[in-house]
Amino acid sequence: MIDYAYIFIPSFVLGLASRLSMLRVDYRQYPSYPQATLSHITLGAIAASLGSLAVPAIAAKEYSAITFLSLAAQQFRDVRNLERQSLDNIEPTELVPRGTAYIEDIAKSFEARNYVAMITSVLVSIAIFISSKLRLDDIVSIVIGIFIGIISIVYLKNKIKRTFVGEIADVREAKIGFDGPLLTINGIVIMNVGFDDSREIFIEKGVAVEIIPKDENSLSTLANLGQRQAITHEAAIQLGIRKDVDEPDFTPMIRRNSRNGRLMLVIVALEPDIECLIEIVKNTLVLESSKRKPLSSKYGRKAAD
Amino acid sequence: MDIGIKDAILAIVTTNKDAVEGGSVPVFYVNNREEMEHTALMIAKVTLAMIHDLDNDCFIIVKH
Repeated sequence: MIDYAYIFIPSFVLGLASRLSMLRVDYRQYPSYPQATLSHITLGAIAASLGSLAVPAIAAKEYSAITFLSLAAQQFRDVRNLERQSLDNIEPTELVPRGTAYIEDIAKSFEARNYVAMITSVLVSIAIFISSKLRLDDIVSIVIGIFIGIISIVYLKNKIKRTFVGEIADVREAKIGFDGPLLTINGIVIMNVGFDDSREIFIEKGVAVEIIPKDENSLSTLANLGQRQAITHEAAIQLGIRKDVDEPDFTPMIRRNSRNGRLMLVIVALEPDIECLIEIVKNTLVLESSKRKPLSSKYGRKAAD
Repeated sequence: MDIGIKDAILAIVTTNKDAVEGGSVPVFYVNNREEMEHTALMIAKVTLAMIHDLDNDCFIIVKH
């Protein structure tokens, strides 16, 4: 097996590099730092090593070793379950929950990223193996392998890149008002706020935006409750929410104008900065599970005319 | 396991005795708007619920 170190090592390194390049520790704190991050790096390393072992195993006529790849697929399905379970478990502790759709999306992306690491490793090892079979120098084949690896990382990353709300909708400032006890955003009734002091706080500290879908696809995507919950969660964690468990009045809300499908988001924030809220909403991920494409169907297109 | 009554009226606070008929929900009769707000707030804080104004001198307390 040591004969194949020139295949195994570069492909392992590139596989791991692809996983690392997709591991971001940011404001979301998911994966949380440092423990969950470490476990994801380890899983990425396992994925990369499994991917890089496949070709040397075939070359060494160790066919049983390839069955390990199926084991790997099982392993990464477990990653998804693991992520889902742990996020589900902490969900009741969130002031503004992520929502099950967002959790599913996070879990899915963790699984997919491990596959990307594995595919990168396989591609690199195939490239090195083929070029060495063409009687190229080891160094040259490794360089070719690295080149292929970088191309595949960029390509795959681009392939699994997600869209943002800002790409499918316009976000504008909206006006908070009260019609008796009814909280309204641009004239759309959001909810009934009975307590006088709460209404004053809404006027003083509340910020609201109107999310205007750009086409029929985004219209039905944004109508999804999971997508809306994800937007409120993002807004709440980034702006800082002025709410505690005994103040349900200030729960951030998104309501849909059922006449034209526009969404109204209202949040009572610690930092009521409208510019920031608009950017936050624009930078919220469009969840894969809430994506709808009625315009791709014949009758959907017809109906949209 | 966290079990509670949600999305149902937990209590009614009112100054208008004619508007509410006693039933399955506790009704608190008070004398004026100020007292009504205070009582409603007290109940809402204990039940972690929200106050809704029915615009007929009635507050309902609902947990969401």
